[in-house]
Amino acid sequence: MWRRRSSGGASAETREAPEARETQQTPAEPQSDLTIDALGRKCPIPIIMLAEQINVVPLGGVVAVHADDPAAFTDIPAWCRLKSHGHVATYDLPRGGWSIHVRRNY
Amino acid sequence: MPLRAAPVSVLTVAYLDAASTEPLHPAAREALMTALDAGWADPARLYGTARRAQMLLDQARAEVAEIIGARADEVSFTSSGTQAVHSGVLGTLRGRRRSGHRLVVNAVEHSSVLNAASVHERDGGEVETVGVDLTGRADTAAFAEAVSRPGTALACLQTANHEVGTLQPVEEVADACAAAGVPLLVDAAQSAGRLPIPPGWSVLAASAHKWGGPAGVGVLAVRKGTRWRSPYPEDERERRRFPGFENVPAIVAAAAALRARAAEEAAEGPRLSALVDRIRREVPRLVPDVEVIGDPVARLPHIVTFSCLYVEGEALLTELDKSGFAISSGSSCTASTLRPSHVLEAMGVLTHGNVRVSLPRGVSEGDVDRFLAVLPDIVRRIRASLGVH
Repeated sequence: MWRRRSSGGASAETREAPEARETQQTPAEPQSDLTIDALGRKCPIPIIMLAEQINVVPLGGVVAVHADDPAAFTDIPAWCRLKSHGHVATYDLPRGGWSIHVRRNY
Repeated sequence: MPLRAAPVSVLTVAYLDAASTEPLHPAAREALMTALDAGWADPARLYGTARRAQMLLDQARAEVAEIIGARADEVSFTSSGTQAVHSGVLGTLRGRRRSGHRLVVNAVEHSSVLNAASVHERDGGEVETVGVDLTGRADTAAFAEAVSRPGTALACLQTANHEVGTLQPVEEVADACAAAGVPLLVDAAQSAGRLPIPPGWSVLAASAHKWGGPAGVGVLAVRKGTRWRSPYPEDERERRRFPGFENVPAIVAAAAALRARAAEEAAEGPRLSALVDRIRREVPRLVPDVEVIGDPVARLPHIVTFSCLYVEGEALLTELDKSGFAISSGSSCTASTLRPSHVLEAMGVLTHGNVRVSLPRGVSEGDVDRFLAVLPDIVRRIRASLGVH
């Protein structure tokens, strides 16, 4: 089985063989307007937290969701697609888990 | 003490998990009972009862071969579909050792394929995984490119996905494999008995309990001319391909179920497919924030999968169970496996709140009505318990 890493800024729309993800470098994480700490929380809780708080940031603002449930890695970008918000990028966190950046589109 | 009747809910459970296992077909039950009496002896011996067992075994082999589009001498019976896949993958890699060590698999294959691939990798082989699109369909161009690389010994592709029902482009991939001179193993576990087996395979694996036969019977067909060497120690069974005493009664029952199932499918397939269409249409209308996944058209007749946002999958299945529905999920944010479904993950769709409805032969329309009636309130209650309204 494969291990997952961040997609390193790749578009949420491109799906690659999971190994392909491993080879990509993780760029430095840029600033976000709001950080949601969902570390240690199981899905769907991180997504519920995101849905509750996305409107806290201004239009075009970026929410960073910190999560370590493996489901969040797939489910937050999927939520963005379903809800027409933008999955900007996913970054590895130094202590495990990811910072998943979501842009408020409306 | 007087016996108490079982609770009503037990008696009215709607079984909607055919993709896990199809209930035993009546034709299989009948064949099984007969063969337990007529086919119990050792088919490898020479006396009358043994020859009768051998005859029943040969007859079952010929029937299965005809339906899957193989020659009888290409077909072996295994002790499960998983064993058929494992030995299909590892045996072909072994037979083609001199051609190379590269194995190409589709990302959403059944775990039996991926587990065999892990063994190959552990033993020093190379595995390339080809991705899928949002519907779960393998990327044909990427697959063609992957098999054309030098040193490719085998490629694996399922006929249809077991979690979301999407049909795979087997014929196109088979053409690409043929052009590259690479054998293609096709895992037909979810479609055998329901849809014709697409042509072009070199190795074919299937599982009897998925088509209404008994558990414990798998099928492995290896095309004449495909190099394959058993990964097991040999004995005189199954033309030295699979060791161990054959379960002749179960194999006879498996063949009877496949024959009956294939004959019924012209009527039953479209009926189940229409019920699936109805679920695909109604669920998003009745339940907010639901994504129905998999290909809406190029799909198996009996599987439909959807994911509900903001719902924990295990809670959903537990509540459905309490309401009298035996249903499973592709996703598994469950206690037993902490990883989400590799299928949903590779597709890039929601992995939580996932429900796979798979309709067995003869399912009543009333069961589907009742499912659609109870689902909205169950989802609403679970969301409310998490503070989502």
